[in-house]
Amino acid sequence: MKISDTFRFAAKAATATPLRTSLLVLAMSIGVASVVILTALGDGARRYVVDEFSAIGTNLVIVLPGRSETRGFNPANLVGSTPRDLTIDDAESLLKLSGVARVAPLVVATSEINAKGKLRETMLVGTNSEYINICQLKMGLGRFLSKTEAGAGSTEVVIGAVIRKEIFGAENPLGKTVRIGDRRLRIVGVLAQGGRGMGMTTDELMIVSTATAQSMLNTNTLFRIMIEARSREQIEEVKSRVLKAITQRHDGEEDITVITQDAILQTFDKILNVLTMGVAGIAGISLAVAGILVMNVMLVSVTQRTSEIGLMKAIGATSAAIRQLFLVEAVLLSLSGAVVGIGLGYLGAGVLRQLYPTFPAYPPAWAVIAGFGTALISGIVFGVMPARRAAQLDPIQALSKR
Amino acid sequence: MVNESLISLENIARTFYLGDSQVHALNNINLQIKKGEYIAVMGPSGSGKSTLLNMIGLLDQPDTGIYMLEGRDVTTLNPDELASVRSERMGFIFQSFHLVPRLTAAANIELPLVLAGMPVKERTQRVTQALKEYGLVDRAHHRPNELSGGQRQRVAIARATILRPAVLLADEPTGNLDRATGDEVVRLLEALNTQGMTLVVVTHDQALGNRAHRQIRMEDGNIVSDVIATESVTHAQEVNPTEPVKST
Ligand SMILES: Nc1ncnc2c1ncn2[C@@H]1O[C@H](COP(=O)(O)OP(=O)(O)OP(=O)(O)O)[C@@H](O)[C@H]1O
Ligand SMILES: [Mg+2]
Repeated sequence: MKISDTFRFAAKAATATPLRTSLLVLAMSIGVASVVILTALGDGARRYVVDEFSAIGTNLVIVLPGRSETRGFNPANLVGSTPRDLTIDDAESLLKLSGVARVAPLVVATSEINAKGKLRETMLVGTNSEYINICQLKMGLGRFLSKTEAGAGSTEVVIGAVIRKEIFGAENPLGKTVRIGDRRLRIVGVLAQGGRGMGMTTDELMIVSTATAQSMLNTNTLFRIMIEARSREQIEEVKSRVLKAITQRHDGEEDITVITQDAILQTFDKILNVLTMGVAGIAGISLAVAGILVMNVMLVSVTQRTSEIGLMKAIGATSAAIRQLFLVEAVLLSLSGAVVGIGLGYLGAGVLRQLYPTFPAYPPAWAVIAGFGTALISGIVFGVMPARRAAQLDPIQALSKR
Repeated sequence: MVNESLISLENIARTFYLGDSQVHALNNINLQIKKGEYIAVMGPSGSGKSTLLNMIGLLDQPDTGIYMLEGRDVTTLNPDELASVRSERMGFIFQSFHLVPRLTAAANIELPLVLAGMPVKERTQRVTQALKEYGLVDRAHHRPNELSGGQRQRVAIARATILRPAVLLADEPTGNLDRATGDEVVRLLEALNTQGMTLVVVTHDQALGNRAHRQIRMEDGNIVSDVIATESVTHAQEVNPTEPVKST
């Protein structure tokens, strides 16, 4: 029997019982669709997180004061002094390291802004002119902090778009003087709306020079040092150089933590990938259920078509031909279920994207292939038993069945 | 024997086991069938007629004995070889037609050709020819449930003969038909016999049996009489010399 004839015959046999066949295809397609949709969700979550993190900046290395506890318990931490603070000098020393493109120190505190009789509490950030590049922020109006006007005497301030709207409305704020804490500062720029830096919105920030912020807050410590490596490949080298350089400056004590954006990203990437696969696995169970359904339906089909099988054998069908016919039928059912399911899955993912436009719920290619493959395999695995039963039927007894 | 038999059964026995009890469906059967013969097999229910027919058609294998088909021992063939001999040499016709319900008349007739792996072009050509021969052209695309009993049996005959088998085996081919359609079917079979096909018909119908050139009577798994129209009744003893003729 030719392959094309086998397929045609099996397809005809399947379509001869439209209700049963469509229910089966539906069951299989729900299994496949749930795999596709759930992995689209999982992968969407992964992509969402990755995108958010990428928005912080590229090739970022961040220095935090204090030793990370994840590196294990170290008795030296107990007896040793409290960790040394990060200072502007620490930050400036890093500029000399090879592979370092930019360095921006970071001081963060809440403060009050007072202008035009309005008072508002908001986040104050002290940094330098590199911050805009490292965090890839955009200006809405004016310019960012200048390189030249540094030191504690700087009176420049850059404000977020929301602060500007609340205080100045449609008025041009450039050049206006505002009071922040006990200082009088001059607005040189407004950040573009919707910017994100360090995982928070920049719309309500006030950015001043590091020294200004430190003197306002009466401190000389830094909250973070942000470093941009020259390239992605150099991130790890920069990380170890930074660690070494600051440890040296801190009298050989490793009292800082250096994290890379890449490492954070990879961790999230890993976690969310595992999550996605777990979810896909759970959805895969419904595929197994559909596979058992295929087996059941095929067994019923063999019983109902017993006399047909006997007849086929009488007119010269080999056992192998009969086995093939039933196996191909099971596979065809599974495959059409898979095709419908993938269609449904894409539809569902599309609906999700319509409902949550910021959430990139695209089914990953591997999930589609896996869903398709699992359906195919379950069709074959669960089709073998009924097919073998059909092939083993004794033609005389089969023929005597009405 | 001067001219080689088409079919030669020697001491064929077939026993079925049902729990503890045994049923000797065929008891040491000896039978020679020449090419082109027209044989009617008759006898009471359960006498082994169908079993004999299945044996000849290679659907069943004997427990003992030798079956020579066209000079070849077919008792030693494996299942795939048996399938191919059935496909090429045997045509089956059943009381209940055994058409595949979801396939059209044409597709049912085509089935043996499909199973034999014949190219599509040749297939359609042969099927068209068969539809014409059996007067089924305007029924070609009807399903079996849209056909009359006589038409169904004509489709079954067309299917059985499409590969030009050597032997046509019919198990009560008119059993589900009224007399008129039954006669029509019998005439078709007889026409095929005239063309040279060996015809073996199992029947309960004495009138139908009488039309055959040779009548075999079975009882309890034995051939109790074997009458060839031109020969004498005593032939029966010659066929099965070891088995005395049973009186009924
Ligand atoms: N598969 C089987 N298993 C057990 N016994 C069987 C089987 N097939 C046939 N028999 C028995 O063998 C005997 C002969 O059966 P067979 O079908 O050949 O009779 P028959 O002459 O064709 O009868 P009928 O005229 O009713 O068709 C019967 O007693 C039957 O019960
Ligand atoms: Mg019978």
